[in-house]
Amino acid sequence: MSTTRRQFLKIAGLSVFGLGASTALDAADAVAKDMPGAKYEVGGKHLAAKRWAMVIDTRKLESREDYARIIDACHKVHNVPSIPTKQEIKWIWTDKYDRVFTDDMSQHLSPAVREKDYLLLCNHCENPPCVRVCPTKATFKRADGIVVMDYHRCIGCRFCMAGCPYGARSFNFGDPRPYLKEVNPAFPTRMRGVVEKCTFCSERLEVGLLPACVEASNGAILFGDLDDPNSPVRKALAENFSIRRKPSIGTQPGVYYIV
Amino acid sequence: MYNGKYIIPGIVIFVGLFTFPFWSNLLTPKYERPQLALPAGQKECIEPAEYMRAEHMHILDVWRDQALREGKRAYVASNGKVWDISLQNTCMKCHANKADFCDKCHNSNSVSPYCWDCHVAPRGNQ
Repeated sequence: MSTTRRQFLKIAGLSVFGLGASTALDAADAVAKDMPGAKYEVGGKHLAAKRWAMVIDTRKLESREDYARIIDACHKVHNVPSIPTKQEIKWIWTDKYDRVFTDDMSQHLSPAVREKDYLLLCNHCENPPCVRVCPTKATFKRADGIVVMDYHRCIGCRFCMAGCPYGARSFNFGDPRPYLKEVNPAFPTRMRGVVEKCTFCSERLEVGLLPACVEASNGAILFGDLDDPNSPVRKALAENFSIRRKPSIGTQPGVYYIV
Repeated sequence: MYNGKYIIPGIVIFVGLFTFPFWSNLLTPKYERPQLALPAGQKECIEPAEYMRAEHMHILDVWRDQALREGKRAYVASNGKVWDISLQNTCMKCHANKADFCDKCHNSNSVSPYCWDCHVAPRGNQ
């Protein structure tokens, strides 16, 4: 029996195709599988909103202890380390008027307002610049307006820190664990090389709790749905004059200050 | 044969080196599945043990995205039981012995997942 070159090439080509197809099928078989029948659902106790927002009534916050109590509550729950150098990690902190409301042009403010401390945290903007610049989508905005991070994806490029107009993001230059006095076993810490920030306590909202700072503030901080006219934040905003940080840059912050 | 006194020992050495993986494998002790410390008082995991053994990393991967990005923090298992999606507060509540559960398998398979760089390992390592 004689085989022409043409027949030989046909058979060889078919065999290679068959071999390749079987390895490809094997590889497809090895892909991780979900357990049949398993489902993911929203927890029963979670608090829902269209747009979460916060109102800080600065008139009700007077003493150093008021601020310390609120800051400690947040930092304890979220395992935020206290690093005494420039490499500090900030979720919620304080600063003076001229460094908080930098848009304000008033030359003769009342000294009480100018000298006061103001609570600062992530503003959970409507148009968050940090989300726009994040190259890995580690930072993203949820449907309810909260800007959160997936630390698993953060590569530590710090674009978000450059993008954030409010300085609300901190970078872990080193392992934060040695700077934690006590670790809350219900919440993770962070590792060297990731950026972190306030989460509006999204993990507490999921189980029906208000943010830790709101609970510790004795009514000075209000939290609620900005799209609901009957929510505590909308009522407070309707009754009082309020300001936001750097309104002119169009980020539409979700943290309001009653001054 | 020309140069047989060089060629034959050379072939023997070559074959010895070439088959090194096979005979070294026969000489080393056989791989044994590590004995894990299973949680006391718990009969079953969220899914069958076979599935958990093979796919727990996949489950954790999907759990993270569902909880964080989709806001879905309840896992309805294939047997209908509902579990909170949380490594620290659900998985490690039962598997409180990280050293004798997670680490044993990971070490014997030479994988070093970095879960514990951030997630807090359970304190009760009994």
